[in-house]
Amino acid sequence: MSHRKQVLGPDDVRRAVTRMAHEVIERNRGVDGVVLLGMQRGGVWLAQLLGSEIARIAAPVPIGTVDVSLHRDDIGLRPVSPGTSSDVPVEVQGATVVLVDDVLYTGRTVRAALDAVSDFGRPQAIQLAVLIDRGHRELPIRPDFIGKNLPTSSDEEVDVTPDGVIIIESEVST
Amino acid sequence: MTLHFRSIEEAGTERIHRLLDLTEHMAAVGRRPNPKVPALRGKTVCNLFFEDSTRTRMSFDLAAKRLSADTMTLAVSSSSVNKGESLRDTVETLDAMGVDAFVVRHRMSGVPWQVAGWTPASVINAGDGWHAHPTQALLDAYTIRQRRGIANDFSGLKVAVVGDIRHSRVARSTTDILQLLGAEVVHVAPRTLLPPTSDVATTSNFDDVVGDVDVVYMLRMQRERMGVGLVPDGGEYSRRFALDERRASALRPDALLMHPGPMNRGIEMMVDPTELPQSTILDQVTNGIAARMAVLFELLGSGGIEE
Amino acid sequence: MMQQHNMVLAGGTVIDETGERRADIRVREGTIAEIGSDLSVGDDELVDVAGCIVAPGFVDLHTHLREPGMPEAETIETGSRAAALGGYTAVVAMPNTDPTQDCVEVVEFVSKRGREVGLCDVRPSGSITIGRAGTQLTPFADLAAVGVHLFTDDGSGVQDEGLMRRALEYSGELGVVLAQHCEVASLTKGAVMHEGECCSHLGLPGWPALAEELMVHRDIELSRLTGSPVHLLHLSTARSVELVRAAKSDGLRVTAEATPHHISLNDERLASFDTGFKVNPPLRTMADIEEVKGGLLDGTIDAIATDHAPHPPVAKDRPLDEAPPGMLGLETALGVARSHLDCSWQHLLGAMSWRPAKIAGIDDRHGRPIAVGEPANLAVIDPDSQWEVDPSALASRSRNTPFIGMGLTARVRHTVNEGRIVVRDGKATA
Repeated sequence: MSHRKQVLGPDDVRRAVTRMAHEVIERNRGVDGVVLLGMQRGGVWLAQLLGSEIARIAAPVPIGTVDVSLHRDDIGLRPVSPGTSSDVPVEVQGATVVLVDDVLYTGRTVRAALDAVSDFGRPQAIQLAVLIDRGHRELPIRPDFIGKNLPTSSDEEVDVTPDGVIIIESEVST
Repeated sequence: MTLHFRSIEEAGTERIHRLLDLTEHMAAVGRRPNPKVPALRGKTVCNLFFEDSTRTRMSFDLAAKRLSADTMTLAVSSSSVNKGESLRDTVETLDAMGVDAFVVRHRMSGVPWQVAGWTPASVINAGDGWHAHPTQALLDAYTIRQRRGIANDFSGLKVAVVGDIRHSRVARSTTDILQLLGAEVVHVAPRTLLPPTSDVATTSNFDDVVGDVDVVYMLRMQRERMGVGLVPDGGEYSRRFALDERRASALRPDALLMHPGPMNRGIEMMVDPTELPQSTILDQVTNGIAARMAVLFELLGSGGIEE
Repeated sequence: MMQQHNMVLAGGTVIDETGERRADIRVREGTIAEIGSDLSVGDDELVDVAGCIVAPGFVDLHTHLREPGMPEAETIETGSRAAALGGYTAVVAMPNTDPTQDCVEVVEFVSKRGREVGLCDVRPSGSITIGRAGTQLTPFADLAAVGVHLFTDDGSGVQDEGLMRRALEYSGELGVVLAQHCEVASLTKGAVMHEGECCSHLGLPGWPALAEELMVHRDIELSRLTGSPVHLLHLSTARSVELVRAAKSDGLRVTAEATPHHISLNDERLASFDTGFKVNPPLRTMADIEEVKGGLLDGTIDAIATDHAPHPPVAKDRPLDEAPPGMLGLETALGVARSHLDCSWQHLLGAMSWRPAKIAGIDDRHGRPIAVGEPANLAVIDPDSQWEVDPSALASRSRNTPFIGMGLTARVRHTVNEGRIVVRDGKATA
C-alpha cells in the first residue's frame, strides 16, 4: 500500500503559476522575443497554463513543445517512448527560450532539452521554469523560476497535475 | 535475448505498430534544421553488404549517422569473397572490432539468421535472397500511411503487387506488412513468376485490377529472368505486366503508385512516374531514412519501449 | 590388427532372421562356437549383456567415408569408428571420393585401408560412370573382380536414359547391382529444400517431389525392360514408395532404402535457415514421412541406410546455396529409427542388418543367423537406453548431425567385428 500525501491543492498551483508568470515578465522586461517550450510530456500543460497567465497579465507569447527522448544520456539504460514530438512554432534563433517542466529532479532531462533546443537554432538565452524543485541534482542545472521547493527522498515519487501536487512513497520492491 | 529486425513475421504486430509510430517520430526529426540527434552516440553499426546495392546501403548509413552512431561498411560482391574464408569467419572477425548491430544484405535467403548465430550483436536484414526486406516494407507502409492520412489500420485498402513475386523479397515483406495492418493484397504475375504455393489472391490479368485498387506496387523485373525460360523474351512481359500509358491513366486519381527502386524503364515502367501525381517513389526514398532510423533506435537505443 | 577375443556374451536376448530367444553365445577365434543357456565361462571373457539384445551387426548400404580426397570431413578410420559405434559391422562406401571409385586402384586403396583400420568391414562401391560424369561406363567387370557388388553415381543420378539402359543391360550378367540417386537435375537447379508451402514462404528455391519420382519410375521401367536389378537410394516421397510397391507386386527386381532423417525430420526445419538440415533429397512433408515409414513397415522399403555425409563446419557455415547437402548418420541411426518406427525389434533389425546385407551381396559374412559356425559379426543393443546426441562426443571428424536435442531410444553397447570387440560399453576400443 503506497502512502500518498497532497502537498499542494489546485489553488496553490494556480497561485504559483501566476507568480511565476510575473517573474518571467519582470526578468525579461516584458515578453519581447520570449518563447515558452513545454518539455514532453509533463511540462506541456504547464507551459499552456503559464502562457495563458502571461497573456492575461502582459501579452501573448508563442508556446511550443520539445521532445527530448532522442537526446537523453540514459539511452539504452531505461525504456523510452519517443512517441511525442517537438513542435517549435517560431524561430529559436536569437529568441529567449523558457523551458517549462513540472518537476526538476536530477537535471538530466533539462540537459537533454538544452541539446534538443540547440538543434533548432541558437537562442539568445535559455531560462528554466519548473513548478516543483525536488532536489537531488546530479548535474549543475538550476531553475530560474520555481513554483515551490519540495525536498523529497529518492524513494518518493512526485505527481503533478493542475489539480495539485502529491508525494507518493513508493513500496520497497523486492 | 538480443533483439533483431529480420522479417515482418518475426517482428510481429505489436512491434510493427510501434516501429511505424517511431518512423513518424524520426520523420519529424528529419524535417528539423539539424536533423541529427545524439541518441546512438558510441554505438557502432556495421553494414555487411554481400550484394551490390548503393541506395539501400547509403540509406542505412545515413540513418545510423543521423542518430550519431559510428558506421563501417564491408561491401563485398559475392564472387570476390575468398572462398576459403567462410561467412562465419567474416562475421566473427568484424564482431571482434566491437559491433553493436550488423546490417546484412545477401543474395541468399536465411543469411541474417545464420549471422545472428555467430555474433551477440543485433542483426538487421537489409534483404536476404528472395525471402525478406523488412525495412522496405516498413517504409512502404509508412508511405501509404502518410500519403493517405491514415494511422495503422489499413482495413479496406486494396493493394496490387505486380511483377516477379517469386523472386522478390520486397513482395513477400510488403505483402506481410500490408496484411498485418489489415489490407487486402492481390499478386499480379504470370504463373512462372509466382511461388509454388501462395496464400494470397493471384491473377495474371493486370488490366482487371489496375483501375480498382488503392495502391499499385510495381516490382523490378530483372532482364536476366527473361533469358532463362521463366517468361518469353521480347516485349510480351511488358505488354502484359508493365505500367504503360493506358494503365497509368486507368489509375484512380487517389490511388498510389509505388516502386521499391531502382526502376527498369522500358520493362516494368513504360511511363515516367515523376509525371504521375499518384507516384510515391521519391517519398519512399525519404521515408526510408526515417524507417531505418526507427529500426536502429529500437534495437540499439530504446532499451525496450515503455508501455 | 586387434586380437580376436574369446568371450561369452551372457544373459542377452538373441534376435536374428530366424526369430527371438534368450541365449548365451560363446565366440572363439572370430566364429560363434556355442549357443545355449548358462554357458560356463572358463578362460573366456565374460561379457554381461543382461537386458540387451544381441543381433547380427548392422550393414549400411550408403556411407560416405570421404577418403580418398576429403580428410577434413572424414577418413576411413574415423568413419569406421563411427560405424562401429553405431553397431555397423559393414558399410558400403560411396564412390564420390576424389579420385572417384571408378577404377581398380582406388577401390583396392579403400578396401586395404579399411582392413588396416580393422574396425568395420569397408566395402567400396563403384560408380556407374567414369568420374560420375554421366557419359562413359565404368569397367564393371574389372571392379566386380575385386569384390565390388554395388555401383552408383550417388551424389547425382544418371540423367541419360539411354546410358542407364545400356548400363543395366551390360552389368546385368555380372551379378552386380546398380543403385540410383533419383534426381532429375533439370528440375532441381539451385534447389536447397523441398518444393512446397514451406519453401514458398521462406523464399527458397525448391526441389519438387516429381524430380525423384520421375527417375524412380524410369529406373523401375528400365529394370522391367532389361531384367536387371536396380536399388533405389534414399527414397523420400510418398509417391516414390507407391511406385516401388507396385513394382514389387509386379515381381520386378527392385529394392529400396530410406534414411533415418527422412522418417524423422520434415521440411519445416529449414525455417531456421540452419544448413544442418540441408540434404539431398531434401527433408519432405509430414505426409511423405508417414508414407516412407509405412514403406519400411510393410517391406516396400527393404532397408534403412544412413547416407552418412560428413562435412566440416567451415563447409556448412556458409549461405544455404553454398553449403553442401548432407548429414551424419552412423552413430544415431539405431536411436532415430527405434524412436520413429513402431514395429517389432526383429523387423527393425532386418531393415538394418540382414536385408541390406543381402542387397550388398555380403550376406555370407554379415546379417547371418546367430548360430554355431557363423562369423561373429554382432551388435549388442541396450533397447531401453534414453539418450541425446552430444556432438563433441561423436567419433566422426565432422559435427553435422541434425539430431542435437532430439531424445533417442536404444543405443549400441558393444560391437563385435569378426570376433573382435571393437566397441565396448559405448566406446570404441581402438
